[in-house]
Amino acid sequence: MLTAENLPRPPYKNYQEWYAAQDTAHLIRKTQDAENIFRRTGITFAVYGHADSSEKLIPFDIIPRIISAREWRKLAQGIEQRVLALNAFLDDIYHKQEIIKAGRIPRELIEKNVAFLPEMIGFKPPGGVYTHIVGTDIVRTGEDQFYVLEDNARTPSGVSYMLENRETMMQMFPELFTLNKVQRVEDYPRLLRQSLAAVAPPGAKGKPRVAVLTPGIYNSAYYEHSFLADQMGVELVEGSDLRVLDGRVQMRTTRGYEAIDVLYRRVDDDFLDPLTFRPDSALGIPGIMDVYRAGNITIANAPGTGICDDKAIYSYMPEIVEFYTGRKALLENVPTWRCSEPASLKYVLENIADLVIKEVHGSGGYGMLVGPTATKKERSDFAEKLSARPSNYIAQPTLALSTVPIFVNKGVAPRHVDLRPYVLVSDKVKIIPGGLTRVALKQGSLVVNSSQGGGTKDTWVLED
Amino acid sequence: MLGRTANGLYWMFRYIERAENIARLVDAGLRVSLTRAGSSDEDWHGVLESAGVREAYSEVHDKMTAADAVDYLLRDRTNLSSVMSCIEAGRNNARMVRTALTRETWEATNEAWIDLKARMSRKLKAADLPELIGVIKHQCGLIRGAFHGSMLRNEIYNFARIGTFIERADNTARILDVKYYVLLPSVSQVGSALDNFQWESILRSVSAHRSYGWVYDGEYQAANIADMLILQVQMPRSLAYCYEKIVSNLRYLAEDYGGERLTAHDTADAIRTMLKRGAVSEIMDQGLHEFLEDFVYRNNQLSAEISDGYRFYQ
Repeated sequence: MLTAENLPRPPYKNYQEWYAAQDTAHLIRKTQDAENIFRRTGITFAVYGHADSSEKLIPFDIIPRIISAREWRKLAQGIEQRVLALNAFLDDIYHKQEIIKAGRIPRELIEKNVAFLPEMIGFKPPGGVYTHIVGTDIVRTGEDQFYVLEDNARTPSGVSYMLENRETMMQMFPELFTLNKVQRVEDYPRLLRQSLAAVAPPGAKGKPRVAVLTPGIYNSAYYEHSFLADQMGVELVEGSDLRVLDGRVQMRTTRGYEAIDVLYRRVDDDFLDPLTFRPDSALGIPGIMDVYRAGNITIANAPGTGICDDKAIYSYMPEIVEFYTGRKALLENVPTWRCSEPASLKYVLENIADLVIKEVHGSGGYGMLVGPTATKKERSDFAEKLSARPSNYIAQPTLALSTVPIFVNKGVAPRHVDLRPYVLVSDKVKIIPGGLTRVALKQGSLVVNSSQGGGTKDTWVLED
Repeated sequence: MLGRTANGLYWMFRYIERAENIARLVDAGLRVSLTRAGSSDEDWHGVLESAGVREAYSEVHDKMTAADAVDYLLRDRTNLSSVMSCIEAGRNNARMVRTALTRETWEATNEAWIDLKARMSRKLKAADLPELIGVIKHQCGLIRGAFHGSMLRNEIYNFARIGTFIERADNTARILDVKYYVLLPSVSQVGSALDNFQWESILRSVSAHRSYGWVYDGEYQAANIADMLILQVQMPRSLAYCYEKIVSNLRYLAEDYGGERLTAHDTADAIRTMLKRGAVSEIMDQGLHEFLEDFVYRNNQLSAEISDGYRFYQ
């Protein structure tokens, strides 16, 4: 919030003035209020492996993160470029594979990747869109200095928190929204529905029928699935509600079966169709892939997009962006060592104490090592795993991340954050001005994942 | 609407209704132990029987004590019909059908679960029971109030109401059936202290000990009590009232669905007609126990026909 001279950064100016006039005890109460709102509304998530605490609240911080319109424009351009490149990349690897032929990316990295689906080869999804909803994780290291930490092109989650955080802030501090001109995020569900309807299969008659597919109430993100279905005004379905009839995917209603045109699925590729992928999946719909390939349903995001989330593919993003857009990437990648390459592996093992090491297919902050904060034993244990399967890992330096203020009982304290803006892709690209800011609540920590004790805060993009 | 959503609504309201009825049964049981000289822990057998969990109880407990019986009925998670299990199952169903509920209805259900879970997280003390039972009824009332005050009168409402009344009819019939012998003319000595006490406890289990006086003004009589719980259409927990509601909600569904009538409509109509035309003297003559057994069976059958007809499961 402050510049080097200990003055508020320009976007925080109004907020800082307001904050200075607040009484700390009042703000502590407000923090409690926020927690009550979240608990009553049931905005919870499940942590796997904790049977006793099956529903948890994500801690919410009452100080918003504020981004100026100028900084946001720069960021948005970079994100748009990246998302278009991702879609072009997916189209290419499932068709002509020109990027491989041009020698810009190794063939085995694509074709041997578990997230690469041969079933998608030669198939063009309706509207030519692969990743309809993208969440790009960004960190800031200084004024106008943004890095992309990872791309979430499979099923980015957390957008309900972006919306509920805003809702909660407007309920608790309405006056702040007259003091600051904050750009709207509330249109997201409407835009999402429009965006999904815009990529309905060409055969869909009338208003396309959209549904959200959830694994069910025990899934960690179930709240979000029901929230989005509710806000969009579409059905929330489970695999057991759906079956393939007359070449269409249909849902069982009290009046009989009704066809679905667009399925926003929050179920992983592996579980989507037991006839094509995991035969033991009870979450999916037998035969949906045949309907998909016949062009009678849109699946969002398309199967096989998960390859973009692979951290080894990530390390090639600068090449990928340049290859498909013809321009240098506007947003930088964090420098990444691919441990599959012997020289890199050697470097990583020698500098393990300074690096963050991640599994290429990992997510949610599981299975990673944060070198600087790890114990000696944790490091040596991890080094063993790394040496046994080097191609399973990448390593990155710990960046000098900028911090933002959070509210603690004594006032404010600095913490590391990241930012996940949400992008909708149909015939056009829409980036919602804001996103989910995740906070590493532990002092000095760099891990922001909610499964690892991270919190969230509202994210404001100011108008000019 | 999805068949699974209809199923979720139906069961959400069955469970909320059951939670409240179990609380009422415990309330009546506690009342007995307070007011009756020479009452014993054995009296709880009847309460467990009415709740349909007597056998299940004896699998977990060797002897019958008031404290164990109350704990089993209110908070034991291994008892799928305990108040806590019902509230949790009701709330899980509500989570599943959340997109069909108003925010008020969902929040009332979620808050009931949060509140009761906290109150029942530890072993219960006898002194806290009256307050706890009050809170259970209060929370269930809040859910019902939010539901009535905010939900559209459409198919969502109809499935929820049908679930409520199928469950309630089942509960009332079971309560009566457990005590049917005290209502038999051959054994009852009109006006004896024992009978008065037994009868009052039946009426209390369905919150009707006050309204009885308004309807039948006068002494407790076995035939009047049976009449009130079975045939009295003004009494909101009677079988006749429940079937008025079931039939009308099924009829709204049929109208909504372009006049489509299912087997369930005929079954419900037949039961309603039987209750409408029935006379309590005939029921007593033909055998109250047999009548109630048959009713519970037909009520269950109707439930299955509704599940099938509206594609709850497949």
